[in-house]
Amino acid sequence: MKVLMTGNEAIARGAYEYGVGVAAAYPGTPSTEILENIATYKEIPCQWSPNEKVALEVGIGAAIAGARTIVTMKHVGVNVAADPLLTVAYTGVRGGLVLVSADDPGMHSSQNEQDNRFYGPFAKIPVLEPSDSQEAKEMVGLALEMSETFDTPVILRITTRIAHSRSLVTLNEPVERTAKPYSKDAKKYVMIPAYGRARRLFIEERDQKLGAFSETCPVNRIEAGSEPNGVGILTSGIAYSYVKEAFPQAPVLRVGLTHPIPKQLITDWAQGFNHVIVVEELEPYLENQLRAMGLPVLGKPFFPPFGELSVQSVQAGVQAALASRGVAIAIPETNVPAPFTAPMRPPVLCPGCPHRGVFYVLKQLKAVVSGDIGCYTLGTMAPLDGIDTCICMGASISGALGMEKAHPEMANRIVAVIGDSTFLHSGVTGLMDIVYNGGTSTVMILDNSITAMTGHQHHPGTGQTLMGDPAPMVDYEALVRALGVKRVVEVDPLDIKQVKAVLKEEMAVREPSVIIARRPCALRVKNDRPLIVENCKGCRACIGVGCPALSMDPATRKAVVDATLCTGCGVCARVCMFDCFRPGGE
Amino acid sequence: MSETKNILLVGVGGQGTILASKILAHVALGQGWDVKMSEIHGMAQRGGSVVTQVRIGTKVYSPIIEPGEADVLVAFEQLEAYRWIHTLRPDGTVIINDQKIAPLPVVAGAATYPETILDDIRAKVATAIVVPALSLATEAGNSKATNVVLMGVLASVMPDVPAESWQEALEANVPVRFLEVNRKAFAAGFACER
Repeated sequence: MKVLMTGNEAIARGAYEYGVGVAAAYPGTPSTEILENIATYKEIPCQWSPNEKVALEVGIGAAIAGARTIVTMKHVGVNVAADPLLTVAYTGVRGGLVLVSADDPGMHSSQNEQDNRFYGPFAKIPVLEPSDSQEAKEMVGLALEMSETFDTPVILRITTRIAHSRSLVTLNEPVERTAKPYSKDAKKYVMIPAYGRARRLFIEERDQKLGAFSETCPVNRIEAGSEPNGVGILTSGIAYSYVKEAFPQAPVLRVGLTHPIPKQLITDWAQGFNHVIVVEELEPYLENQLRAMGLPVLGKPFFPPFGELSVQSVQAGVQAALASRGVAIAIPETNVPAPFTAPMRPPVLCPGCPHRGVFYVLKQLKAVVSGDIGCYTLGTMAPLDGIDTCICMGASISGALGMEKAHPEMANRIVAVIGDSTFLHSGVTGLMDIVYNGGTSTVMILDNSITAMTGHQHHPGTGQTLMGDPAPMVDYEALVRALGVKRVVEVDPLDIKQVKAVLKEEMAVREPSVIIARRPCALRVKNDRPLIVENCKGCRACIGVGCPALSMDPATRKAVVDATLCTGCGVCARVCMFDCFRPGGE
Repeated sequence: MSETKNILLVGVGGQGTILASKILAHVALGQGWDVKMSEIHGMAQRGGSVVTQVRIGTKVYSPIIEPGEADVLVAFEQLEAYRWIHTLRPDGTVIINDQKIAPLPVVAGAATYPETILDDIRAKVATAIVVPALSLATEAGNSKATNVVLMGVLASVMPDVPAESWQEALEANVPVRFLEVNRKAFAAGFACER
């Protein structure tokens, strides 16, 4: 049976078919739906962990204990998990261990676009790269087998266009799901220096064996073709699909195991061509290795090292690469009309987002706002303009401490703003640092009781697990008090007068303070009672809250509420200077 | 189908472009065609631009539609039609829901919503079909069925596909309790004046 599946759904199906016994992740676009789909296979224990490092450590424990295991995360999540990753590379595993890294070329939903294939040679572990959903599923099976055969974790590296593109997948019956029996093996799994040195040698042997395996691994695939100028194209991942579309007749070497690459296979294949062109998205990862092997390949200057490739950019790149060797080829003329200039439509805080008013107040107070990842990053958009910095998960709190150390006179203006899921991910240690190292910054935890930006995943503060079971809830106030914060205030973020008064007081105080603003995500509550405007004076104060449901009628110059978007949260009513907003009908 | 057909669906987060593309993909698979779809939806619920690409053919490799290569552009909102019209082939068809949704820069007064969108587009493309999809959906019984009205319009420009395939796709993708409304919405789109 064939089904249209996203790459993420196909990987989840692969986990089901190939006997995965434990799955763990922290949500992050474009990886999130893998675990959500694994959760639909009730046989597989699966969980959201508080962050990617914890998720991978859970996975490592499961694999050492003997279960086939999958751990998934977005590309930047692998940085968080890099510590355990680079040492599980030494210990190896008992049950197969697959780490899915979902990279985001083009930064559709990310703060950077790092190329995680480099983790392969860095950690000396294999990297597999599928080109469509069917391969994504099959490579879960291959990764698990390689992991067990070679005693290594394996990275399955996908990109947004694999994760979120649908293509046909053949479904198979699942294999039996059994964990291998556990037995203690301290020399293999306790990485003290003496044992670690032995495993270090093992890694070199393993890398040699994997290199030999790569030479005959069927995912490294030669596709014969004919091209009059003696051109061969070496490619991987989604770029393969662009190559096939751009030059359907060209000979291709599709590398599916991109660490370690099949050096002999490539060398022999390359001998058949006058020009070998490497087409890969992001960094010249394969290209540099081929150059180091002494192959005079064409590559990166002709294809951008950033953003996504496309059929047209591959055509243009191949043409330019060959032109540099004095070879002229014709490519289809791209008769693209010039686009119109249209106003941007950036993502914004949702209509009814209960935490919108916080950014309105922070702007009024001229606070220096150390921001964080998630929905609240959207507070940076005009007219709220509510954030000064955003680097990575958790950096709001620790960054605020650094700002204060650099400019002590700024201390009473610095506020760190972080969501509940992000706080639990990696904000707690930063807060501990503020207390320990004499910081005085104010930290606002905007608690919407869910991981919202990635589409509403539960976490240790929500009271529910990925598998739908009830769970204990983190008590934020007790937690931050236990860290040593003495001033902890809870506010209703819709009551912006209270938010302003509390913020003023806490910013002025010369000791750490935490303000917990608690209201659930607007997308998860059904209390839609749109507001109506009466006798608007056109003061535009409400427009300053940046709500998509509010606009000024250009003809009458009065505020209008879009009743299909308004949730009746009332933040606009609280800033209106003439008290013009009323609750609408049912 | 000898050549690959490219259909681009564009709209604003929350307008139901993804359900529409699922219906379309279901229809294509029912005809025995290969299908690739790509959807960028990381920020879909946050009111940003959303784009879903559907490519149908005997064998499809790339999941994305290149500029100037779309056979049909289905725009769920006027400004999004304007933003993406350059993806249409010179002989392509654009279907536009006449609804306007002001983006935040317009609401905040930092940009203006272009006033000549439909005229500019008509001057540029071979076939522009403009429909009041939101009101047709409301008449059919639910404003949320705007996406299915537009699938009805799309069906009317794909005469090779038998009508029952679309009905099957609706049944497979729409919850039973909304099926009747969506059938009406589809029919309204299929038959609407243009």
